[in-house]
Amino acid sequence: MSGEAPLNLLWLQSGGCGGCTLSLLGAECPDLLQALEESNIALLWHPSLAEATGQELIPLLEACIAGEQRLDILCIEGAMLRGPNGSGRFHLLAGTGQPMTRWVARLAAVARHTVAVGTCAAYGGISRGEDNLLDACGLQYEGGVAGGLLGERYRSAAGGVVVNIAGCPTHPDWVVEGLAAIAHGTPLALDDLGRPRFYADHLVHHGCPRNEYYEFKASAQALSELGCLMENLGCKGTQAHADCNLRYWNGSGSCLRGGYPCINCTAPEFSLPGHPFQQTPKVAGIPIGLPTDMPKAWFVALASLSKSATPKRVRQNAHADHIVLPPTLGRQKR
Amino acid sequence: MSRLVVGPFNRVEGDLEVTLETEAGRVQAAYVNSPLFRGFEHLLQGRDPLDALTLVARICGICSVAHSAAASAALADAMGLLPAANGRVAANLVLAAENLADHLTHFYLFFMPDFAREHYADRPWYPQVAERFRALTGSGQREMLAARAELLHLVGQLAGKWPHTLALQPGGTTRALDATGPLRLAGILRRFRRFLEQRLFGDRLERVAELTDEAALSHWTAGSRGPVADFPLFLAVAAERGLAELGRGGGLFLSFGAYPQGAERLFPAGVWRAGERSPLDLSLISEDLSHAWLAGPAEPLAPTLGVTVPLEEKAGAYSWCKAPRLAGQPAETGALARQVVAGHPLALGLAAAGGDVYARVVARLLELALLVPQMERWVDQLEAGAPYCQQGRVPAEASGVGLVEAARGSLGHWLTVKGGRIARYQIIAPTTWNFSPRDASGTPGPLEQALVGTPIEPGVVVPLAVQHVVRSFDPCMVCTVH
Repeated sequence: MSGEAPLNLLWLQSGGCGGCTLSLLGAECPDLLQALEESNIALLWHPSLAEATGQELIPLLEACIAGEQRLDILCIEGAMLRGPNGSGRFHLLAGTGQPMTRWVARLAAVARHTVAVGTCAAYGGISRGEDNLLDACGLQYEGGVAGGLLGERYRSAAGGVVVNIAGCPTHPDWVVEGLAAIAHGTPLALDDLGRPRFYADHLVHHGCPRNEYYEFKASAQALSELGCLMENLGCKGTQAHADCNLRYWNGSGSCLRGGYPCINCTAPEFSLPGHPFQQTPKVAGIPIGLPTDMPKAWFVALASLSKSATPKRVRQNAHADHIVLPPTLGRQKR
Repeated sequence: MSRLVVGPFNRVEGDLEVTLETEAGRVQAAYVNSPLFRGFEHLLQGRDPLDALTLVARICGICSVAHSAAASAALADAMGLLPAANGRVAANLVLAAENLADHLTHFYLFFMPDFAREHYADRPWYPQVAERFRALTGSGQREMLAARAELLHLVGQLAGKWPHTLALQPGGTTRALDATGPLRLAGILRRFRRFLEQRLFGDRLERVAELTDEAALSHWTAGSRGPVADFPLFLAVAAERGLAELGRGGGLFLSFGAYPQGAERLFPAGVWRAGERSPLDLSLISEDLSHAWLAGPAEPLAPTLGVTVPLEEKAGAYSWCKAPRLAGQPAETGALARQVVAGHPLALGLAAAGGDVYARVVARLLELALLVPQMERWVDQLEAGAPYCQQGRVPAEASGVGLVEAARGSLGHWLTVKGGRIARYQIIAPTTWNFSPRDASGTPGPLEQALVGTPIEPGVVVPLAVQHVVRSFDPCMVCTVH
């Protein structure tokens, strides 16, 4: 597509940690700058990368809003903070005295595509807390309910809903591929929460290195043990929509590979699980929050069957932090 | 006297606004506003104590591991738990990797691009600086991103992912390496060392770490051969621009001490002022709310008694940031403070005048040269088959303190548990110290002091000297107010 005018991307941050950007800077094969080039995307401005600062930025924002500067892709990272009392003062964009929520709403009104990067921008994320002191929400969702800053009926200039690249943080590839799809005009199918299906149609369970322990319900009792983390330690990998164990993090990692439970960070309200993160809630000894599309009675029946069939190897390794009993060699034919 | 509002600042973590009062082309007074309120201390209240490990990491995308380390240390303190030896080494490696990645991000992406602006096009060093550091296109930026990404593979191996790992626990870390794991880590460090030696320093790390004073540094620069590496290039910029005269600090340096090794820390905790080092006394730390949009008593509060309640209409307030003070005084924290307190001779010389833009940047790069060889030694200490994580319970009534050094300075978490739940959780982040507003006595915070006297060229939209001073602290605004 050489010769075509590049797509202009504007990236702003509000109520969040900046971790989705920092994660994105770790994109590999290719790196972020190369990936943007290959998708013919030009950064109008980005908080970590752009040269322009301060009073150089404000005219650019105004030009986008006035239609004098084409705005192809608007990426927002961080929650929209509407408090206190609807004033938006928990984040006034520096140098402007205006609530960031107002800037975002005005820019979203003209953007051809609007992307929420991370669970904060998508649904409000971790800032919402028990009582939502900040009155935080996402661009088009209030937690898991459609609405949010822009409202359920919002459509970008190109006619799309907000693309929710949810995750806390987002995997660099989710953002790079999502932007590439937009740039190349590849239809970006979204699930019921606005998340791109290319990663949200998978479960964290898929490709989990602990799958054999899961199959036999050989469960870890404490963190650092190799066993399955679902029964006791709060793991939500069988319910969480993401491809973390198919597409690794930072070379070869993932939460499960790092030895700690999935907290379902691509979902709305993940920070309010209703139980301690590292503890599985149980009723009569049976974990609640089983795989969402499996009949509970079958799960319980299969679990008790597989527990009684657990090989000694799997049972012992489940409670160690390294393999103590290797698989036996099959009998070799001579 | 005229007034200049500078912001939104980018190439800092988060949002920042600085109001300057200027006269005769110089800053007379500065007011630093952290315009974003996050509310973490509020949302931690009432949670299960171990939930802090998941929640506090998300205060910050750039120093997430530092918050994990502080929370796990505070919990370990509350539990009376000693981490497993392997886990302690692994946690040091993961935190060091984050801190070094942050130092590189700061130098290549945040700080140096200001010198690649057209404004400096007539300077002798400009062509090379523009080629290496121009925002978005600099060749150095791309090389750094690749080196940084591969360094973070070390975190992928030891802690699953970066940022926002849950691998750091009170009793150690959750991922035990297999027998060849340390070989993989050593390979990552070997390749990272190669980037630093070839592109950043143009010399062996050990040679840089041994530089003892300004004279040795000048001699070393003069003796370097071949294409100029990025650190010597910075030294040329700094000399020509007079960066050692810019952003002069107050000279009170604070470090909580970094990287536990047994009862000691690799870089010890302490306070340094005017050539005198004294031990860290936590009881001297308090936070003043007088100029923050926060409700609370007029008297400064110790973090064990701290409160965080937003109050957006408040006379005299101009920031969401509290004003931490050490015995009533503003203190500077960061790599320079850390190395001064640790007694590195080069840092001691650099800090003699109170700290400045040049000294802060050199100290950060010095740490890269100091820490990578140390990380190589830590990898050798990992013992195959030995545990990485001890288990324990959080008592229903307990309190704990977790003190660590993030890339940009001293980070403390103060935890109180009552009835098995978090009753109070107070955090003082490095940029809370450095970018604090005035206190009740009217004493400005460290950046507010450092900006006084900064030259402002008439009519400029972006006063570049101000940019250099602000970014020399490597601010993290999302942490500042947390």
